[in-house]
Amino acid sequence: MWLARPLQERSTQLFLGILFLALIAVTALHLALPEGHPLHVSAYTVTLLGKYLCYALLAVAVDLVSGYLGILSLGHGAFFALGGYAMGMYLMRQIGDRGTYGDPVLPDFMVFLNWQELPWYWYGFDMAWFAFAMVLLVPGALALVFGWLAFRSRVTGVYLSIITQALTFALMLAFFRNEMGFGGNNGLTDFREILGFNLRSDATRLGLFIATGIALAIGYVVCRGIVTSKLGRVSVACRDAEARTRFLGYRVERVQLFVFVVSAMLAGVAGALYVPQVGIINPSEFSPIFSIEIVVWVALGGRATLYGAVIGAILVNYAKTVFTGVMPDAWLFALGALFVLVTVFLPQGIAGLLRKRRKTTDDGSGPSDAPTTAEATA
Amino acid sequence: MSIPRLLTMLLFVLLMAPVGTAMAQQDDGSGEKLLEQLADASPASTEEALQAIAASGHERARAWLEAYGNNRLSRVKDTGEIVIVLNNRGRDWTVADAVTGENLGEMSRRDLDRIAINNAVRRQLAGVLAMLDLYAEDPEVREEAARDLMGKVDEAVLDPLIGRLDEEPVAAVRNRLEQAVAIYRVEQEGSIEAVDVLAGSLHPRARAALNSAVASENPALKAAAQKALLSVEQKLKMNRAAETLYFGLSLGSVLVLAAIGLAITFGVMGVINMAHGELIMLGAYTTWGMQQLLPGQPGLALILSIPAGFLVAALAGIAIERSVIQFLKGRPLETLLATFGVSLILQQLVRTVISPLNRTVVTPEWMSGSLVINDALSLTLNRMYVLGFALLVFAGLMLIMRRTRLGLEVRAVTQNRAMARSMGIKATRVDIMTFALGSGVAGLAGVALSQLTNVGPNLGQNYIIDSFMVVVFGGVGNLWGTLVAGLTLGTINQLLEPWAGAVLAKIIVLVFIILFIQKRPRGLFPQKGRAAEG
Repeated sequence: MWLARPLQERSTQLFLGILFLALIAVTALHLALPEGHPLHVSAYTVTLLGKYLCYALLAVAVDLVSGYLGILSLGHGAFFALGGYAMGMYLMRQIGDRGTYGDPVLPDFMVFLNWQELPWYWYGFDMAWFAFAMVLLVPGALALVFGWLAFRSRVTGVYLSIITQALTFALMLAFFRNEMGFGGNNGLTDFREILGFNLRSDATRLGLFIATGIALAIGYVVCRGIVTSKLGRVSVACRDAEARTRFLGYRVERVQLFVFVVSAMLAGVAGALYVPQVGIINPSEFSPIFSIEIVVWVALGGRATLYGAVIGAILVNYAKTVFTGVMPDAWLFALGALFVLVTVFLPQGIAGLLRKRRKTTDDGSGPSDAPTTAEATA
Repeated sequence: MSIPRLLTMLLFVLLMAPVGTAMAQQDDGSGEKLLEQLADASPASTEEALQAIAASGHERARAWLEAYGNNRLSRVKDTGEIVIVLNNRGRDWTVADAVTGENLGEMSRRDLDRIAINNAVRRQLAGVLAMLDLYAEDPEVREEAARDLMGKVDEAVLDPLIGRLDEEPVAAVRNRLEQAVAIYRVEQEGSIEAVDVLAGSLHPRARAALNSAVASENPALKAAAQKALLSVEQKLKMNRAAETLYFGLSLGSVLVLAAIGLAITFGVMGVINMAHGELIMLGAYTTWGMQQLLPGQPGLALILSIPAGFLVAALAGIAIERSVIQFLKGRPLETLLATFGVSLILQQLVRTVISPLNRTVVTPEWMSGSLVINDALSLTLNRMYVLGFALLVFAGLMLIMRRTRLGLEVRAVTQNRAMARSMGIKATRVDIMTFALGSGVAGLAGVALSQLTNVGPNLGQNYIIDSFMVVVFGGVGNLWGTLVAGLTLGTINQLLEPWAGAVLAKIIVLVFIILFIQKRPRGLFPQKGRAAEG
């Protein structure tokens, strides 16, 4: 069973162990310690950590395609945002008649824009199971159509990066339009409850944090399962020598499509968990800069390692929180410098540094998954 | 005073003579009398007084009438002298003698008695002022005046207008006058011959007159008006198409300018420079800086900005190439990320050093305004200059790539780096020069863009995705492809806009390119031969 295999790996066990320990520690520190205690983790921090975990899951999804498939997607923010919008639509419907305008069916912004009835694509989002299915299906379907078109005609490399960027840019412009029926500029917000739990209570926030942690664990195991399976080996082969893999008789485009769709769905889940914790989803999540940022998290952590993506995402976003709080002007300088320094001096990322240290202590750690510079140029 | 003008004046005077007794007093042409007459006029005789002033040909007639319309013509209570108020702020107003124009200094506003005007008179005044210009020496001023008269003709000006029509020497002005008269005829008299005159006019007022004629009860008039309207609509449609095409080409030229530097760095060198947009921004800010250095001479500053913008952007490009890109040779995806980082730094730098707000770049006089083709079509000059500039830059680049040593070397290195190096070409130097050239062209794009859009830190970001689309659509490594792709995309965008709205048009174009890339992954004009497999 391909999903069980990663559980026997030491690295996966280590990752899951640390993750669960962190979840338990945060939960304990939040619940057990009184509020004034120096080690108490406030509800705000819990939500912040939950947000980082969402980003980590998103980074894992991006690492799956960019690290193991060699496709630098600059449009994964689109899948993330679509998952988020699916969740947001569910949460909007849950508001019911408690909105400012008190309309039992129409969300506030539709009443405000004088819409008479719910557009057809909002049907069903009052049911949790349907909305949660859409969280997976909408990004998955977009990735399927887009990937099918792109991979079939062998659009790869830089071209693919640019058109994925165009994709997310086009979606951003589209979602900014009020006529689309997704709240336009303001997006969806003012959520009340999820599955009957009040979104503003600390307990729900903690629950969402733990759910995100579990989702990250599952996502990690799924990705690990894929990359250690035969399919994963073929996808690495596609990354390193696409033409050769094709000549060996593999249907490269199918492998690419499968991995791309799985990755898009994971991104969608990350977005869906992100929205209730942050409390808003708007078109800025589609902005190309966000999608590029994700790639840098992965690059900082180290490509084709999965755990590196998690480290990178958490580190960069922690830095962002600190910087934007202390000196907001400096953040873009720091981020820009990070882009440059990581690509020029740290092509293997933090995981590469870790691996190098391990190699010097005990030599012969077996073949690594990470692409070497020589392979990447080929 | 020229002879024809003297003659027309005389004729006008003759025409006006039977209008009223008041006219008789004007013979001496004395300004005071004319003004007295206006100031003393009862509401009924005001118009006569106005006409008298218009017909007097007094050199200050315009100043009087305008002052009258602006409530600035006053009479000094004590002396009865008529003055023009120059500044009516505060308690003491600056006044000038109406007849001589001499500044009389300040006067308390209590000593002044405004010569009253009502709205009915103000309407007449507009017509009279327009008539005044019909006697100007400059035919362009006359034409402008005739255009202003369209739809404003009433009984009072009709006769002098027809008189004027007979002796107007310039055909274009006569044409205008005829149309102005015809509008009156169609609307007031239901004249069918006048409808035919209007059939050729694109002026909205003429169309309105025809529309009102269509609604009339006279079947002959109705039929004639319908026919005329149809031909007008036809012409309008043509003009609208021409306008869309112009805007499309203009947008396209902007895209070409923004993308052509990219076509060199991305297409020829294979380097993805995400900071390209910021190089454009640097060019635009150079223009702004130049104008700060040379206050009051926006035109000179703009012309100097062309070499300056090129230099600034080229130097910045060299800095980027030396500090980042040279270490990432052969790793396009890493280059993309690193240069994106550079773009963030440059943006923030501008925000911190200059300002996060948009800066104003002045458009020099010779670039503002528009070229009026007819009533329905006028082409803005700044866009025309940018279009020409884009074509010039393109031609220049073509020359460099095809006819110079540098171009030869660049093409050689692109096709086969190892071979070129063994032939003695310094590949590193060529890299630097190519990158500098591409970046410099981005700077030129910035100089041009500063005339069309806001100059702000986000200027570059707005163009980077579009530029990539143009390069990819046109085919990487092909300057002609970039030109065709840029102009095509610009035109498509403009064609879609009235139908779909600006944002949706942009989305449709993006989706179109995404689909197009599936069909032809190497763009409109793919590179052929060995280089293509790179």
